[in-house]
Amino acid sequence: MERFEYASPKSRKEAVGLLGSEWGHTEVIAGGTDLVGAMKDYAVTPKRVVSLKHISDLRGVRVRSGELHIGSMTTLRELMDDHAVKQNYPAVYEAVEEIHGEQIRNMATVGGSLLQRPRCWYYRLGYGLLAELDGKSLVSEGDNRYHAILGNSGPAKFVSPSTLAPVLIALNAEVALDGPRGVRRIALEKLYTTPTEPGQREHTLRPNEILTEVIVPHAAGVRSAMYELRQKEELDWPLSTAAVALELSGGTVRHARIVLGHVAPVPWVSPEASQALEGKTISEETADAAGQAAVRNATPLSMNGYKVQLARVAVKRAILKARGV
Amino acid sequence: MPECKYDWPAAADRHLIGTRISRVDGPAKSSGRAKYTLDINLPGMLFGKMVTCPYAHAKVTSVDTSAAEKMPGVRAVQVIQGPGKEIQWAGDEVVQVVADTEEQAEDAVRAVKVQYEQLPFLVNEAELSKAQSADRAAKPSATTQGDPEKVFNDPDMVVSDGEYGIPVIVHCCLEPHGHVVQWTGPQNIRSYSSSQGVSVYPAQFAEALNIPASNVQTICNYIGGGFGSKFSIDRWGVSTAQLAKQTGKPVKYLLQRSHEVEVAGCRPSGFARIKVAAKKDGTLMAWESDCWGTGGPAPSRGLELPYVLRDIPNYVSRFTSVGANIGPARAWRAPNHPQQALLTMSALDDLAAKLNMDPVEFFSKNADLAPQNLGKVYREELQKAAELAEWSKYWHPRGDKTPGHIKRGLGVSIHTWGGRGHASNCQLTIEPDGSVTAELGSQDLGTGTRTVIAIVAADTLGLPVEGVTVRIGDSHYPYDGPSGGSTTVGGVSSSTRRAAVDARDQLFAAVAPAIGVTADQLVAVGGRIQAKGDSSKSLTWKQACQKLGMKKIQTHGKNPGPCPNLISSGVGGAQIADVSVDTETGMIKVNRMTAAQDCGLIIDLKTAESQVYGALIMGIGYALFEEKIMDNVTGRMLNPNMEFYKLAGIGDIGELKVHMMTGPGYDERGVVGLGEPPVISPGAAISNAVANALGVRVPSLPLSPDKVLAAIQKGGMA
Repeated sequence: MERFEYASPKSRKEAVGLLGSEWGHTEVIAGGTDLVGAMKDYAVTPKRVVSLKHISDLRGVRVRSGELHIGSMTTLRELMDDHAVKQNYPAVYEAVEEIHGEQIRNMATVGGSLLQRPRCWYYRLGYGLLAELDGKSLVSEGDNRYHAILGNSGPAKFVSPSTLAPVLIALNAEVALDGPRGVRRIALEKLYTTPTEPGQREHTLRPNEILTEVIVPHAAGVRSAMYELRQKEELDWPLSTAAVALELSGGTVRHARIVLGHVAPVPWVSPEASQALEGKTISEETADAAGQAAVRNATPLSMNGYKVQLARVAVKRAILKARGV
Repeated sequence: MPECKYDWPAAADRHLIGTRISRVDGPAKSSGRAKYTLDINLPGMLFGKMVTCPYAHAKVTSVDTSAAEKMPGVRAVQVIQGPGKEIQWAGDEVVQVVADTEEQAEDAVRAVKVQYEQLPFLVNEAELSKAQSADRAAKPSATTQGDPEKVFNDPDMVVSDGEYGIPVIVHCCLEPHGHVVQWTGPQNIRSYSSSQGVSVYPAQFAEALNIPASNVQTICNYIGGGFGSKFSIDRWGVSTAQLAKQTGKPVKYLLQRSHEVEVAGCRPSGFARIKVAAKKDGTLMAWESDCWGTGGPAPSRGLELPYVLRDIPNYVSRFTSVGANIGPARAWRAPNHPQQALLTMSALDDLAAKLNMDPVEFFSKNADLAPQNLGKVYREELQKAAELAEWSKYWHPRGDKTPGHIKRGLGVSIHTWGGRGHASNCQLTIEPDGSVTAELGSQDLGTGTRTVIAIVAADTLGLPVEGVTVRIGDSHYPYDGPSGGSTTVGGVSSSTRRAAVDARDQLFAAVAPAIGVTADQLVAVGGRIQAKGDSSKSLTWKQACQKLGMKKIQTHGKNPGPCPNLISSGVGGAQIADVSVDTETGMIKVNRMTAAQDCGLIIDLKTAESQVYGALIMGIGYALFEEKIMDNVTGRMLNPNMEFYKLAGIGDIGELKVHMMTGPGYDERGVVGLGEPPVISPGAAISNAVANALGVRVPSLPLSPDKVLAAIQKGGMA
């Protein structure tokens, strides 16, 4: 990695003051499980690294007026161990359970998990997030077995790497972002964006902001679940995930929120899948119909057609899991 | 056969040989006290880093090291491939830098400016026509016997044909290749090397550095994996030694992970169109194969098909070598055999299915087509494996017809290997205080070599394993062959047995008068030297050794030597895979792997079984996950890391059942090597199990979900 200056502020304000107004010069480090690797690969080359480790009020899980407030520096292990999370947000627990291994869970943070950079191999080899070379899309013309099947019509064809984000988006979570002009609170879904130009990032966090908190609404009566498909049992990236949050009335799905992971440059909210399920009772058939709806507009690349099937199955299985046996 | 002085003891007289004994270096390894090359840090040591070529095929046009040379901490910069050199694979070494710290060296690497002229390249060979149109395919070679065409045209024959493939994979040793090199005099070096052949490295260093081989010492006490890729000091060994000389400091250079998997070992690929014919009773009659593969830019020697059942009466077997701009081929545990097994056993399993025949029965029936009279061994092993795998309970004809999307299947494969012990020299010393050492210029690849040497010496001298100190891993000890071809256990057990028998007999001669019988009436057992059948006439080991006075006993055992029946060559092996396939996702779960394996007389049953466990795990890895993914656009390896170069983890391996074939019919063959054979069959057995579960063949490894789903769709199951 390149030489950098390391700053360890004690407060949010101090941290924000250490950030720059453009991407590239400064990076924020939380658990470091992604950033350090990206720096070693020279995929990012910050001149200054700002650690959030010593800002004490960024860590911990609290329930306030029915909402779950998760500090961005809470580790995944702490999130998993929290009683309220396990009790009321089973899908969140399940998502962390799918993130391997224990060393990662002990170091990685909730904020870092939401803002980790894509695993696209062209990006990590130094060809940039859009992976273009001499005007060609390396992903389209090269090996795209792990790339996007949805939302891939632009130059960005990587997949959003977070296992946690789709679950929290399904639960209508919001995030608090601290910047020089104070705090703004946005839907987590809006944190993500698909870059269209080199130099753009895949999230809407501004270069001089830090993510401080995730707020998950009260989820009583919501049945949530997530399902992850990956090839290896452990220590492997998902090929497709699906998170669902369902409100049932009687046996009927009154409201459904369905979000897919690892299939698009952003966590992929699927109103088509929700629509297919709403008003129905959950069965193998209705769950599969929702899965089919989720991938109806998929545009697979030359080598990743199989991911369409995997996404469809992930959605189906997440719905059936949320229903319970 | 006349009785031979150096024979193995009769079964009743073996007190250690053939039992389960934990490896003697287990505590050192598990506590971290074992020092690997990566752990060697010498005072004043410098660190090396490498500038590598980012292009699959290019000519170096200019190299500018001036900026790097001026950087802080940089002590020396050496151009390895300068202007005019043609480079044949991405990751090849161009410039090496040494600096005070690893970080400074890495910074300097980034400051070296190299310009290249890019040249056309080929990095994927699965489609032969593309290689042919790029003029990278050699003329096919062919071997024939009988008249296969006539058999295929015989209407009474059952004929099956298919396409099969196994890609290039890499060794991915957990400890990378590399050395720490120190000049101990103007013409003397000591290398700490991650090596499969400590006795053969000095000659390689000597030739490259123009110093006497006797001035070179190579040390490797522990190695973090070699698998056939660590027989050479490699170009980086030469340059690291040269840089150590230039700077006057020890230099440490081990490959970083990306470099390791890009260049430090490729297993050649194999793809084939295969047609086979049998009589309706399952008797194999004809074979035809068109096979191709690559082992890097140089022509490869080719795969030999059919495998194991080579004496099919009519066959034609063609091979086309493809040159590709990937890293250079290196021997990978049982070179060529896993590829040959996958291609052959898949085709034969498809034929068995077409015959509506149980494949265990099919392979048993045709086992006499194997060379070296292994037919009986195969039948016994197939039967044993089938019994342990509960074949009669779980096997079914092609296609699991039970409802639901989880389909279960069983598959079988057989393999063969040589494994005759290599040249080995053991110096055995009995000190007057009773301590015993065995010294050999061998190395323990993690297979249990140290333990096996200790067992053979201790068994011969009537001592516990702890009574013998084994010193290996140093070229200053007597010459021993490199550990390749499963030759180590035969070599070291033979030389150690001879040295120990001679030493024991010298001790007998020295103590016979004190015990009051002639030397030929003595036995060494239970830590005592005693008269045969009369334990009242005895001395403890220590008392006996004290009779040596000031004189130690020192003997030299050699392999090969008289009494050749201490070792032999030629093993079989049968394996059965039991898998479940999720037909909705294409994901495969290995439920159980069962191995029945012979290797002659077993010295340590525990480390023997461990080798088979390890081989099964490695086999599951290449069956399901491993592939050197090369990019057609950039020419680079896309997964030069352990994130996307996937290896099997603990959750992926299921239950492993290992049965070692021992007793009459096996033990009297003497010691035969074991490291390689059990890794040959897993790919084929797993592929066959998946075909049994699904009813369709997934044609090539790794059996990743994309390929499984494609096969299901093609087979009309979806």
